Amino acid sequence: MVEYSPNELLICAIADMLGGLRHVAVGVASPIPGAAALLARSRSGGTLRVSIVGSEDNNFFTDGGRELFDCAAQGRIDAFFLGGGQIDGAANINLVGLVAPGGNYPRTSLRWPGSFGSAYLYFLVPRVILFREEHSRRSLVPRVDFISAPGSSDDNLYRPGGPQALVTGRCIFAFDKGRRRFRLQSLHPGHTADEIRANTGFDYDEPAVAPATAAPDPESLALIRGRVGQEIAEIYPQFARRLADVDEYRT
Amino acid sequence: MAYVDLDTLIARIPDGCRLALPPDYSGCAMAAVRRLIGRGAHDLHLVGVPTLGFQGDMLIGAGCASTIECAAVTIGEYGPAPRFVAAAKAGALRIIDGTCPAIHAGLQAAEKGIPFMPLRGIIGSDLATYRDDWKIADNAFGTNDPILLVKAITPDVALFHAALADRHGNVWIGVRRELMTMAHAAKATLVTVEEIHDGDLLADDRWAAGTIPALYVTALAEARNGAWPIGLRGCYPADAAHLAEYAALAQTEDGFRQYVEKFIHGREVAAQ
Repeated sequence: MVEYSPNELLICAIADMLGGLRHVAVGVASPIPGAAALLARSRSGGTLRVSIVGSEDNNFFTDGGRELFDCAAQGRIDAFFLGGGQIDGAANINLVGLVAPGGNYPRTSLRWPGSFGSAYLYFLVPRVILFREEHSRRSLVPRVDFISAPGSSDDNLYRPGGPQALVTGRCIFAFDKGRRRFRLQSLHPGHTADEIRANTGFDYDEPAVAPATAAPDPESLALIRGRVGQEIAEIYPQFARRLADVDEYRT
Repeated sequence: MAYVDLDTLIARIPDGCRLALPPDYSGCAMAAVRRLIGRGAHDLHLVGVPTLGFQGDMLIGAGCASTIECAAVTIGEYGPAPRFVAAAKAGALRIIDGTCPAIHAGLQAAEKGIPFMPLRGIIGSDLATYRDDWKIADNAFGTNDPILLVKAITPDVALFHAALADRHGNVWIGVRRELMTMAHAAKATLVTVEEIHDGDLLADDRWAAGTIPALYVTALAEARNGAWPIGLRGCYPADAAHLAEYAALAQTEDGFRQYVEKFIHGREVAAQ
């Protein structure tokens, strides 16, 4: 049995969703999605383009901060990653903060950085993968306090993009666009369906038996521990050091 | 062209003005920002293009900003921006929450001299609910196709740091073209530069393509290591140890005051 870390499992699981794409973009504060995109690029033999906000080595834009968004609006970006302090069962995401009941925004009891480009890219990038490592009733809620970006829209709204999946530290949910709900897709090794239900604040569908998330293959692990680790260290040096931390490994 | 010293430069940033600033990955005029804090600037309306980083957190912590307009305030891997989080919790700051492309588009409308820019997405976000400078309209060229209109953003002043400018006042910004958009959109543009280039940046197309013409530049000041402790692309990396020290100190009001005392009111500390 090959040893791997929880980070390596997540990186491989996300990279598996990026096969055959042309261009994947990665925003700020996204070390695991960034590493997954770089792994997918290595697997693709270089045909996948990866652009990472804040990177000098992996950012080919020459028209300033707006180009990423213009590119997305034209359909030139196939996949992007979003997170959120809160994510709800309709895939609405909140990056603004906690708003007390009664809703007196802009007052927040806990303030997060802000919505970044989410209110745009969620609508325009065909495959948006939600990533939130903390899987708890605090992060996965029945209804977000503030909608930075909605999971779905009225039929007459121009919206080629939207959520495809939600990856957490415990499992992967697929998003059913028609039903506007998540469905449990796979459980990470060591986690159970009951545990997911107990730790998820929103309702979702699930199969009779949920399969296990695929364990990383040796080739992918070698890439993560080599080239991908070096590449992601340019933007996330602290993360890259932890990535190689064998104390976190388990079989 | 008007090369002045740093204090004269920041004297052109009046209290109460709408001041556009770049994000940490672009060109931040940190030496000038320290002078602004030292001056006791107040009531600034900061526009992050499209986000605010360390300079935003410092200006908020020092009480220089009363309003911020941006897509986020972030200091990246160093954790939540501490003075921003504290000010938001205290309700001491007017926060105009936006999203990155809407800020770029608002500036683009200003640089074109038009009142608004249409933009896809965003409709259905709570952001739109709270913005009276965003409106939903029908696509004039389509049917049943709602689209968001973002009001032009015309900053009073844009302030940033660049690697190079020539004696004519042409400023080379390379691929960091949000700085170009800021200069086009703002009523006044103030620039600090790492180095003054002897020659004409517009004379050679290889430089000219990444150069803001002096037409848009109000005044400049030479400031070596002017982006420190933030990095400057192609010149020097961020001073990670210093930024970590800031992030740690700024966790508390007292710690932030110590930082300001030491690095702003004390000796102007140059990197190296």
